[in-house]
Amino acid sequence: MAIEKMSIAKALNESLRKALEQDPKVLIMGEDVGKLGGVFRITDGLQKDFGEERVIDTPLAESGIVGTAIGLALRGYRPVVEIQFDGFVFPAYDQIVTQLAKMHARALGKIKLPVVVRIPYGGAIGAVEHHSESPETLFAHVAGLKVVSPSNASDAYWMLQQAILSDDPVIFFEPKRRYWDKGEVDTEAIPGELHKSRVVREGSDLTLAAYGPMVKVCLEAAAAAAEEGKSVEVLDLRSMSPVDFDGIQASVERTRRLVVVHEAPVFLGVGSEIAARITERCFYHLEAPVLRVGGFHAPYPPARLEDEYLPGLDRVLDAVDRSLAY
Amino acid sequence: MTVESTAARKPRRSSGTKRAAGAANAAKPAAATAQTQDAEPQLVQLLTPQGDRVDNAENAEFASFVADITTEDLRGLYRDMVMTRRFDGEATALQRQGELGLWASLLGQEAAQIGSGRALNDADYVFPTYREHGVAWCRGVDPTNLLGMFRGVNHGGWDPNLNNFHLYTIVIGSQTLHATGYAMGVAKDGADAAVIAYFGDGASSQGDVMEAFNFSAVYNSPVVFFCQNNQWAISEPTERQMRVPLYQRAQGFGFPGVRVDGNDVLACLAVTRWALDRARRGEGPTLVEAFTYRMGAHTTSDDPTKYRRDEERAAWESKDPIQRLKAHLLATGGADEAFFEELEAESEAMGKRVREAVRAMPDPDTMAIFENVYADGHALVDEERAQFAAYLASFEGGE
Repeated sequence: MAIEKMSIAKALNESLRKALEQDPKVLIMGEDVGKLGGVFRITDGLQKDFGEERVIDTPLAESGIVGTAIGLALRGYRPVVEIQFDGFVFPAYDQIVTQLAKMHARALGKIKLPVVVRIPYGGAIGAVEHHSESPETLFAHVAGLKVVSPSNASDAYWMLQQAILSDDPVIFFEPKRRYWDKGEVDTEAIPGELHKSRVVREGSDLTLAAYGPMVKVCLEAAAAAAEEGKSVEVLDLRSMSPVDFDGIQASVERTRRLVVVHEAPVFLGVGSEIAARITERCFYHLEAPVLRVGGFHAPYPPARLEDEYLPGLDRVLDAVDRSLAY
Repeated sequence: MTVESTAARKPRRSSGTKRAAGAANAAKPAAATAQTQDAEPQLVQLLTPQGDRVDNAENAEFASFVADITTEDLRGLYRDMVMTRRFDGEATALQRQGELGLWASLLGQEAAQIGSGRALNDADYVFPTYREHGVAWCRGVDPTNLLGMFRGVNHGGWDPNLNNFHLYTIVIGSQTLHATGYAMGVAKDGADAAVIAYFGDGASSQGDVMEAFNFSAVYNSPVVFFCQNNQWAISEPTERQMRVPLYQRAQGFGFPGVRVDGNDVLACLAVTRWALDRARRGEGPTLVEAFTYRMGAHTTSDDPTKYRRDEERAAWESKDPIQRLKAHLLATGGADEAFFEELEAESEAMGKRVREAVRAMPDPDTMAIFENVYADGHALVDEERAQFAAYLASFEGGE
């Protein structure tokens, strides 16, 4: 056992370091990932230790970053690219959707595209426009991509390495407002499956399902509900493509109620898909309709309004109350 | 003379760069626009449209790169062009007969593709658009492999690593970045190889192409950007795509650009060899603009009579790449009538083989929808595959 307490940011950094050490084909690419160590310092010190050939500062061009990463993957490399902020991924969206996601299928499986696209995402850091969005649905909707998001340091450490080891392209969403949250990481553990959900708090009255930055909010909501005598289970989904519907179903069959929480807009979000599928799977178990809590069908607001826009403790507890009232 | 050693010692500036400087001096910027279309382009030419060898000081540097070409080699290039045109014609006919959903003809661009394709070494890697049937021929790709996506049985369907020939790319210009990334990998590996990216004049308007130019320049990647300027992007003429001659654009990114007569197979071979040689020696990217003409439609879906003049096509007919090499071979005694007759028979047999192969091409199995979506599998795909299989099996006599 080698348990260390570290922040999510540090866990990601250590994870990249380990990946670079273990496989000479792993490359880090992105804007400012070299000397600066990334604007969030996730790649801090890596260029110093692994050189400019492994940790590559790129021109400021997202399509170019992902497009050249595809070419490097075709040559046998395993590029891990950093998109500086969520809203900046769209210049690369074409390359991700029309090329990265489909090339394996187009070649009838003869080539693999082991590219990881790391995207710091989500709000609550008081940033300007395009620095606080949650576009995960847009990627989860695309066949050929896998989409994951850790919520804690241990998952940050292990899930990133698992994403790099995957022969499929993985969009790796990092909850930027949690970068400085600390947690225990067992660097010698045998990690769980990348796409399996995890019960992070057990309960019997209702299931709160969330991922990334909202897991912490849901844990706080469950603690608050417990003071009112309500037993709320919290499920960390961890993966948005594929979604672990079996894990959600197992939880809902125990609690008979489900509320899905994410920062992304509710409309056509991951929560919508989960509500539909769980309604199909658990129709006779459910005591209440599946409820969703998330962002509004509006552009992400200016920072002074983001506390109202983002689901907080009260909005989650309100949904818990509404579900329990059926 | 040994071409390589001369080239290795001689510092090379783009002949395109020289010409560009001349053009800038001669014309005010506003006038340069008209030059794009109307002025006779200055280009590297080694065979005139009448089939005569061009021997002048300006082209000597490039000519040195084909100094080793024998008469037999010329016959080989001729054969490649004839076979490619025959294949292309067969595919167009198959589309008209309803066997293919769509076809993108290369008619008129045989010299650009065969010349550049034959310049490549086995270890080099090709990133094509969807029209590089002649380059595929040079790489030894079975022509019938190219037809699957146009027939609708797959979206690519071949193993790119078998012939170092990547899948056709439909989204315009995307592959130039893949080529650049691949070339970055080649350089990291220290491999004695180069990469070539094909694209058209229309693609030069795409941001990805500019980003590919820039990345390749910044990383000094061994990649050749081979633009076949066939004058039309579906119905959009080049003056709707650019205000300066294409090859000049390379200057702004810091590498040489050169314009070559795209209907002259020898010049295309020479210039591409020169550019690949630079790449392999670690001198970075090159832009080659092959100035040519698409004789047919963009694809079988459009009608060029609606957007271009007959006289324009007729003018380009006199520059036909196959006829000019034939004239050269006949004039120099490089080939006799028997050679042409045998080739005719050979190309007919190939056409027949292609026709039969396409008609025999089976539709994919229904469950192929779910195959190769992911390399490592995906729970949702597994679930939907099982559900759909059960649905199909629910019919009487179902699978």
